[in-house]
Amino acid sequence: MIPAPFDYVRARSADEAIAALAEHGDDAKLLAGGMSLLPLMKLRLATPTVLVDVGRVRELSYVRDADDHLAVGALTRHRDLETSDLLAAHCAPLRTVASEVGDNQVRHRGTIGGSVSHGDPASDLPALLLALDATFVVQGPGGERTIAAADFFHGFLETALEPDELLTEIRVPKSLGAGFSYQKFQRRAQDWAIVGAMAVRNGGTRVALVNMGGTPLRALAVEEALARGASVAEAAEHAAEGTEPPGDINATPEYREHLARVLVRRALEAASA
Amino acid sequence: MHVEIAVNGQAHEHDVEPRLLLVQYLRQMVGLTGTKVGCDTSSCGACTVLVDGESVKSCTMLAAQADGSEVTTIEGLAQGDELHPVQAAFHDQHALQCGFCTAGMVMATVSLLDEIPSPTERDVRLGLEGNLCRCTGYHNIVQAVLAAAGTNG
Repeated sequence: MIPAPFDYVRARSADEAIAALAEHGDDAKLLAGGMSLLPLMKLRLATPTVLVDVGRVRELSYVRDADDHLAVGALTRHRDLETSDLLAAHCAPLRTVASEVGDNQVRHRGTIGGSVSHGDPASDLPALLLALDATFVVQGPGGERTIAAADFFHGFLETALEPDELLTEIRVPKSLGAGFSYQKFQRRAQDWAIVGAMAVRNGGTRVALVNMGGTPLRALAVEEALARGASVAEAAEHAAEGTEPPGDINATPEYREHLARVLVRRALEAASA
Repeated sequence: MHVEIAVNGQAHEHDVEPRLLLVQYLRQMVGLTGTKVGCDTSSCGACTVLVDGESVKSCTMLAAQADGSEVTTIEGLAQGDELHPVQAAFHDQHALQCGFCTAGMVMATVSLLDEIPSPTERDVRLGLEGNLCRCTGYHNIVQAVLAAAGTNG
């Protein structure tokens, strides 16, 4: 399969990328690792006429300690996240979930910013960043703005990013000593989650769901039940509330609802252990 | 566009369409057909090559993205008549049946052992999760990787 023809522009800095987006408008698409975009282009589900390659913008590849949070450059590869000592010390869940993305080959190319910008409800990292209350830093022609993860994912492959904006940084709170578990249900090891559930326990409890609707979701009914003092088993029964899971070759919506309840219970148990 | 890519230590320069995939570049322009196209959807790993020493699926990377990089394919592993230790281990352990996945398996293994020189069996199985063998010959493949690493006695 061969993508439709396009013009290729290589940006060497965030500013160059934003200038290229401004020049080419809605026809342009940013290319980071390409692990999500190139498969779509090969299937011709995406046909941008200009690709702005930001894959070599090294200034956006980093994990930094920023006092009360960690700052992660948008072009940091999953491989660099899963081997980051800073993440091991201050935000182990991000390191763990990065190691669950795709396979080694995908993690050598794919980036956290690419995954977030793509906005696929079946991806692993967006749900975690929702659970962690991450903040996204975005640059456009008018300057910089920040968007809370809770306000970022608008619909299937739709985000708060404007066509002329570049996601530059992801800020995650330090979650020292957090209990964490990600339960990913899949048919083959490298596949997207048919359903995924993650729990972060650090004082309160946050629960997020993968592939249970058009966007990554917080399982708020579960969180509220736990806050009321419900047991893990009782709270997990609320896991599918407020979700609209898809039906496809792997699972019906009803089966996904069942999976969500089981996986949330397992995630809560494992995060508490 | 113009790309300069070092393939197996040899410099190559070509004018390519931006949409040319790395695997097509290697097979059709450089003429190295050891790298296979299997699923063409970045699932099976048959097209795995090393870009700057790390395994990637060359069906899901543009040649343009590899501009300025060093690419290693299955043809670049052996030193003359002497097989690379991973190739030798696959041969010794009979780690192939039809052989279609083998080039990708070997390249993924070279990258894996670079990152984890002394893997456990679990490390190997997880590390090769991106490579499918439709003959289901995984047992001997895992044994070969452990043998190449010197960690199976």
